Amino acid sequence: MEQLSTYRAGPDDSGRFGIYGGRFVAETLMPLILDVERTYKEARNDAAFAAEMDYYLSTYVGRPSPLFFAERLTRHLGGAKIYFKREDLNHTGAHKINNCIGQGLLARRMGKTRIIAETGAGQHGVATATVCALFDIPCVIYMGSKDIDRQAPNVFRMKMLGAEVKPVTAGSGTLKDSLNEALRDWVANVETTYYLIGTSAGPHPYPAMVRDFQCVIGDEVREQITGAEGRLPDTLVACIGGGSNAIGLFHPFLDEKNVRFVAVEAAGKGIETGRHAASLSAGSPGVLHGNRTYLLQDSDGQIEEAHSISAGLDYPGIGPEHSWLHDTGRVEYVSITDAEALEAFHLCTRLEGIIPALESAHAIAQVGKMAGALGAGNLLVMNLSGRGDKDLDTVARVSGVGP
Amino acid sequence: MPVTRIDRRFAALRRENRGGLVVFVTAGDPDPRTSAEILRGLPAAGADFIELGMPFSDPMADGPAIQMSSQRALKGGATMKTTLELVADFRQRDGETPIILMGYYNPVYIFGVDAFLNEAKAAGVDGLIIVDLPPEEENEICLPSRMAGINFIYLTAPTTDEIRLPRVVEKASGFVYYVSITGITGTASARIEDVRKAVERLRRHTDLPIAVGFGIKTPEQAAGVVAVADAAVVGSALVGKVTENLDEDGKARPGLTNAVLGFTAELAKGVRDARLKGAA
Repeated sequence: MEQLSTYRAGPDDSGRFGIYGGRFVAETLMPLILDVERTYKEARNDAAFAAEMDYYLSTYVGRPSPLFFAERLTRHLGGAKIYFKREDLNHTGAHKINNCIGQGLLARRMGKTRIIAETGAGQHGVATATVCALFDIPCVIYMGSKDIDRQAPNVFRMKMLGAEVKPVTAGSGTLKDSLNEALRDWVANVETTYYLIGTSAGPHPYPAMVRDFQCVIGDEVREQITGAEGRLPDTLVACIGGGSNAIGLFHPFLDEKNVRFVAVEAAGKGIETGRHAASLSAGSPGVLHGNRTYLLQDSDGQIEEAHSISAGLDYPGIGPEHSWLHDTGRVEYVSITDAEALEAFHLCTRLEGIIPALESAHAIAQVGKMAGALGAGNLLVMNLSGRGDKDLDTVARVSGVGP
Repeated sequence: MPVTRIDRRFAALRRENRGGLVVFVTAGDPDPRTSAEILRGLPAAGADFIELGMPFSDPMADGPAIQMSSQRALKGGATMKTTLELVADFRQRDGETPIILMGYYNPVYIFGVDAFLNEAKAAGVDGLIIVDLPPEEENEICLPSRMAGINFIYLTAPTTDEIRLPRVVEKASGFVYYVSITGITGTASARIEDVRKAVERLRRHTDLPIAVGFGIKTPEQAAGVVAVADAAVVGSALVGKVTENLDEDGKARPGLTNAVLGFTAELAKGVRDARLKGAA
């Protein structure tokens, strides 16, 4: 594989990471997309915007999130020294809030009076509803009817926060369909409404913007691991649905030649069964939701349904920067099944007293697979992207745990 | 680029001093046989142009009526190949009525842009509307389609401002499609006064004919639109006639084709009478 001098320069002016990304949206939205890009560029160079971000991240979200040495898991696996980046300890319980604070401030700067969002597991919906409560902006969340059933506590939270949760029954009733409905709402309410996309996907500038807002994760890890160990990590591991927690952890390290990156897709019932959400491991490039990227699709270009026990990974696409990092070979993309994730969920809960989100449990399972072979000298940081309270019903159901 | 059936049809309409009717149906909806039957009947029923939807699993700019028609077509086995075959079948009987394929980029991209343009041209396709390809993505297929002699029709919207408009119409050919509302298909309808102003604004930037679509549901609305623009596009309301004529299992009832063609005739009458009334 040819080494590039930098993996951090993208996207280009047309929003491309290699051939991926772009702005594949209807004309009605195009002027607004350009406006978002303009405003974001201004905000990024505005010290006042940065100060406001810092203020909310430190006093409201609770950043920096700790870097925790998972000592018992390390001993149990008998190999790499494992640290958890504790994004589960953020306000609202996941990394999603980092991005929502940033885009919420941007929506305010653009003078928008209404915010819409899509959500899968409900973590992004809760984070969006939270920021909308804080900034006093009316909020509508689109959520697949299937996801509403399996993530009931988060639905309740969003409603308590004052958001309107609109069930989406079209298609498979999951995250991809919620994105379609949110886009339809946006087209109809383009004057007043800001679309707060929750992952590093969608039309340019969203993939870059969401990544930038999530890079606080990797930036903090660099400082924290240097403080704890006096050096940079050898291995970074994160789960990946759309890819925002992974890109946030990885991006600040992409040009560190000695750091290895492993991103974990959801293999659902197993790649070979066809019931999975592993766009990179088993998909092909296509165009959906505003960007060119790897998709699960049939030979005629029709999008296929994704399957995962974790609602947050249940999406047939992936952020375009990940597609590019995949093709360049800079990041390794692997997959973990529902069953492996569940086992890791229990292992982490028992060994470390941390109930992880089912999404994050995929990353834990991958760490379990590789830690032994890496050996004791290897310093590994895994992004514990969210907490698992929202998944207790699902896990209890599948694992047969009674009250 | 060479003169296409679309150019010729608009020239003929100008000679007749009337506006045109563009009808939208989804290829393969509700089943391949009925869809072919509808398509063949449309010109005689008064359709001046046919917009043929290429079914897609995730039609982001469409309302429930066209979403459902897409789903029906896919369930009935529609693919890009069957859509192009449908056009070829139609062309054997009708050499004049322009056919514009409308849809989303992914099925075209997966078919392969070059293969798609070659086969579309051979089948007798005259124009393309790809909803999710704005001018920013013109290299994908807009420019190659011109080389292939197929009009790439650009959408303009109420949000397309004065700075942007010249750039959008610059590369356009065939006609310019004005999306009369900020919204998805088959929902709200624009006020004619707003449409008139928008069309006047467009005419300051282009000499191409202007077709207006989204939210046009009745012969009266279509008549109102062609009083101020060159053509009216009716889609969801027509597709609605398909939905109304399905049995409980989603199969076509015997009168389905006649219902669709009958409604097309009503729309065509509205459109044809519009200028006469205006002139009287």
